Amino acid sequence: MTDGGLILNCENVVMDYDGFKALNNCNFSVRYNELRVVIGPNGAGKTTLLDVICGKTKPTSGKILFGKGINLVGKNAEDITKLGVGRKFQAPSVYGNLSVWQNLDLSVKRASKGVFPTLIGRSSPAERVRIEETLETIGLSLHAHDRAGSLSHGQKQWLEIGMVILQEPSLLLVDEPVAGMSDKETEQTGRLLTSLSEKQAIVVIEHDMDFVRQIAKIVTVLAEGTVICEGTVETVQADDHVREIYLGRAKVAH
Amino acid sequence: MPEQMVARQDSRETLSFYVTGLILLLVLPLLNVLTPEDSWLHLSDFRLNQFGKFLCFAILALGLDLIWGYCGVLSMGQGVFFGFGAYCMGMYLALQIGKESVYGSELPDFMVWTQVKELPFFWYPFKSFAGAFLGAILVPVLFATIFGFLAFRSRIKGVYFAIITQALAFAAWLVFNRNETRLGGTNGLTDFKQLLGYRLSDPSTQRGLYIITVLALGAAYLFCRWIVASRAGKVLIAIRDSESRVTFSGYTPWMYKLFVFVVSAGLAGLAGMLYVPQVGIITPAQIGVLPSLEVVIWVAVGGRGTLIGAILGAVAVNYGRSVLTNYFPEAWPFILGGLFVVVVTMFPDGLLGMIRKVTERKQTPAPVIKAEGRTAA
Repeated sequence: MTDGGLILNCENVVMDYDGFKALNNCNFSVRYNELRVVIGPNGAGKTTLLDVICGKTKPTSGKILFGKGINLVGKNAEDITKLGVGRKFQAPSVYGNLSVWQNLDLSVKRASKGVFPTLIGRSSPAERVRIEETLETIGLSLHAHDRAGSLSHGQKQWLEIGMVILQEPSLLLVDEPVAGMSDKETEQTGRLLTSLSEKQAIVVIEHDMDFVRQIAKIVTVLAEGTVICEGTVETVQADDHVREIYLGRAKVAH
Repeated sequence: MPEQMVARQDSRETLSFYVTGLILLLVLPLLNVLTPEDSWLHLSDFRLNQFGKFLCFAILALGLDLIWGYCGVLSMGQGVFFGFGAYCMGMYLALQIGKESVYGSELPDFMVWTQVKELPFFWYPFKSFAGAFLGAILVPVLFATIFGFLAFRSRIKGVYFAIITQALAFAAWLVFNRNETRLGGTNGLTDFKQLLGYRLSDPSTQRGLYIITVLALGAAYLFCRWIVASRAGKVLIAIRDSESRVTFSGYTPWMYKLFVFVVSAGLAGLAGMLYVPQVGIITPAQIGVLPSLEVVIWVAVGGRGTLIGAILGAVAVNYGRSVLTNYFPEAWPFILGGLFVVVVTMFPDGLLGMIRKVTERKQTPAPVIKAEGRTAA
């Protein structure tokens, strides 16, 4: 975990959908324990970038080096998850017919997730403690035995974050976590992500500039499938190119 | 609070399991044996035997409920696995007829009139009961393993899986209908005389078969309940709710689907094996597209994703059929179809969902589905 070491390094990644390049020679890297925010106009390739990292889609070309130089390109999603990449989707994606506790229990990192170990497996006391801690972290202790489907939108988002935390990823990919949240929920989510970044690297995609200012140290701006600028929120907002193609269009006030 | 509710529902289910088990296992056979035939309490041999048949269907329904109700994968080919089990036992029973057959030949009658001179090689294992017993479970299990591997591995899902399993049912029906398949063609296998030396026409043999069926159903239920209550059971529900999330939690969904498909095939084989000696005949008409579809209706009517519901649905629909076909034989297909439409559109949780709604009206709303099992503790 040396400072400055890279946990993720995408080199010249191209994602070509029949001629439309969602990612066009994208170079993107993240250091250990960094909280990175990725912004960009609609269609810039932000979600596609997360998709190719976590194995949801396979890039047309390029390399994605993770941790000690493991190339993620060509690996399937289950294996990438086991290597330590966690993904939180944009729309809350939880198991609505299971309880909050069961949602978390299924997500705990375990040696094997094959059918037979899972059939006979029981949660160890240590795992139960971890689940309880996570419930506290995401503020759902009182809802542990509620059906996940009955939670509010914001609570579902937190539950999914909790599920991803329990996988103990060294890299957490989070797609628009505060979309549809109230101001208070947004702020709580910001604190949650900031505290999580002490233990793992996090990449957050976000549109909400207030939220970006709250959590971001370094912001990467993506447009038309490539990184066009990287730096602190102030640097990025001062950049003419960014103002032209992103801030100008999105009309985000300072 | 919901935890207590689940526990309460759990203990209620355990209680109803014992009560129902006791009635099926002791009360009904005793009413059959001990009461005089003219008593209003008397249960005729015919009715007991008919109940045995319904309970075989309940085992079949349990299997479908596991894969469809819990995992959300609709298999419309369960009749095929039922047929494999039934034919395996049927072949053994056909060979047990021996010299008692119409033509007095050691070979089953249909072979005589289709001019088969020697027993086909694949009939040999079924000369022994052990062969038939193992075959009735293993043939469907192996077939489902191969078929399921190919289908789930290639990520065939939802309606596509339903359609190819229906095609499978149709194909199986065609194959079993052919005389060249050497399984009795359209007429199937019938005219059985004895099982392990017991005469099938003897009421006590039928009573014994009935009791074995009750025990098999009880074991099948407990086995399914164990699966559903385990963490793997939660993975099944998770796959139904959000398959992609399951992948990103590190599980491989197709392996779970394959597992539960194979279990359901094994249960269907068991059901078929128990069915044949009690009903006395197995023909291709009992294994094709329609019988496979009926299983879907039983489970939908009883309540998907509740094991008790599957059992309830199988027994209720078949009992309803036996009563109604007496009065309106022509109307039954319409009644069955209508029932399915009404249940799916108006009572998605089936009979059991309605019962739960009524009994728990005063308490907090019941979890829509799946009350079985708490958190994997």
